[in-house]
Amino acid sequence: MKRIWGVLVIFAALAALVVASGCGGTSSAAGEGSAGGKLTLVAYSTPQEAYDEIIPAFQQTPQGKGVEFEQSYGASGEQSRAVEAGLPADVVEFALDSDITRLVDAGLVDSTWNQNQYKGIVTDSVVAFVVRKGNPKDIHGWDDLVQPGVEVITPNPFTSGGARWNIMAAYGAQIKQGKSKEEAIAYLNGLFKNVAVQDESARDALQTFTGGKGDVLISYENEAITAQQKGEEVDYVIPDQTILIENPVAVTTDAPATASEFVKFLYSDEAQKIFGEKGYRPVVKSVADQFDFATPPTLFTIQDFGGWGTVKDEFFDPENGVVAKIEMSLGVSTDSG
Amino acid sequence: MIGYLSFIVLIPLAAVVWKSTGSGLEGFWNAVTSPAAVASLKLTLGASIVVAFVNAAMGTLIAWVLVRDDFPGKGIVNSLIDLPFALPTIVAGLTLLALYGPRGPIGINIAYTRMAVVAALLFVTLPFVVRSVQPVLHELDTEMEEAAASLGAGGFTIFRRVILPNLVPAILSGVALAFARAMGEFGSLVLISGNIPFKTQVASVQIFANIESDRPTAAAAISVVLLGLSFLALLAIDLVRRWGSKHES
Repeated sequence: MKRIWGVLVIFAALAALVVASGCGGTSSAAGEGSAGGKLTLVAYSTPQEAYDEIIPAFQQTPQGKGVEFEQSYGASGEQSRAVEAGLPADVVEFALDSDITRLVDAGLVDSTWNQNQYKGIVTDSVVAFVVRKGNPKDIHGWDDLVQPGVEVITPNPFTSGGARWNIMAAYGAQIKQGKSKEEAIAYLNGLFKNVAVQDESARDALQTFTGGKGDVLISYENEAITAQQKGEEVDYVIPDQTILIENPVAVTTDAPATASEFVKFLYSDEAQKIFGEKGYRPVVKSVADQFDFATPPTLFTIQDFGGWGTVKDEFFDPENGVVAKIEMSLGVSTDSG
Repeated sequence: MIGYLSFIVLIPLAAVVWKSTGSGLEGFWNAVTSPAAVASLKLTLGASIVVAFVNAAMGTLIAWVLVRDDFPGKGIVNSLIDLPFALPTIVAGLTLLALYGPRGPIGINIAYTRMAVVAALLFVTLPFVVRSVQPVLHELDTEMEEAAASLGAGGFTIFRRVILPNLVPAILSGVALAFARAMGEFGSLVLISGNIPFKTQVASVQIFANIESDRPTAAAAISVVLLGLSFLALLAIDLVRRWGSKHES
């Protein structure tokens, strides 16, 4: 017993010490931005295969000659938080712009990052339905997902920032079909009733789906194409109404000049073509036209709902957001049942 | 020694506690009493208790077989026990999912249920009780048992009156470690639990969700509750052990 009290006392003393010191030491500057020829790329996980080809291509150009790369890939939100906390980065690419906004708020990315011709977006995609080979459940539109007996897989929108695209696609599709806000929320409620698994991330969800669970996986077109390229037995359907996914790229404030050169290269025909081959929709129109991406009749963007800043609070606040309330109502009913 | 402990354990823990009060006591209370947090904490606590009891029984049995029985391949089995420690927990989750998921070869499908949570926790906590009971059992003098037998005690009586009292402290400390580990487990549960809020979402995943939603204070608050519960459990087990050893003498 004595030993435990001893530990407690030390513990309390340390806690007091930490409180007293104000705990204000987390603002280490990110990225020395080495003048030589090294660039650090911090990105979310899926574009890695594209960068595996784009980086060597950049190194063939006069601007990229001799530039060495350090790369880090991971979940978008985690990567963004890591950079905020001090992970050195010269170029960042994330799944959604609120992950860059976080760095703007922290003073690590200039607020003009989205002022270029493409509004800071380097690749596009759309929310799509991944289905079993041959589409046995005959899934074509959003209404098919709320039918009884259809098992839907989508990542948990609270653990996966990217999964929020899926929810906003579902919601927006209702609005664009002329439904009211209440009707669209009722639709989300019906959708979540059919969601059998809410994985932590989009990649985990794909794993769950290819592992045999579920009839439909709500995912991104590029993920579906990647899965097919890897030989998975899946088809995908692009619903008539869907959201345009926009992946932003930015350089950090103290990055060397080569970082901007690299970002410029990402918009070149060559790099955009590589993105296209990996399933992303190129943002450069002339390159996109070389590919055969279907254009859904109704394509909307997150701006239609006020942008991520607004949507985050309205839908994904863990206590008062629309989605939190839906999950809560379903959770309470399944618990008592 | 104190310096080392401080850097490795105490300061980080203190930082978590401090962070959890970042939005005041009221914020702390709101975070840990939100319905999603309460549901996940209940599931985590319940599953960890089940895991602790199963481990107490099965871990002791495995240790017994490994020490007292001889069979071909015993050495290999003995070294297999520690593998759950070596395996990255996400791989453990993936493996369990492949075996006991919808496409599992055995025809058992428990994936995305609370059973799956318990199964994954049992896997990652297996070594604790086995490894704490084994050496004690090894040192245990068989003369005591022989004496009991010569006085007419049956097998069960010998186990209950002679062997078990000697093993209890080791079982308890193994159980305590297994329990604490189960409370905080994340990696192996992420894939197999399905993370359905209010049904299979454990506290560690709930914490992760709070971090992803830019609410580090709420995440820290739930962590502190987890830490508190584990600490209470460890304390309780310690008290039981002391009480036991006092009554023995």
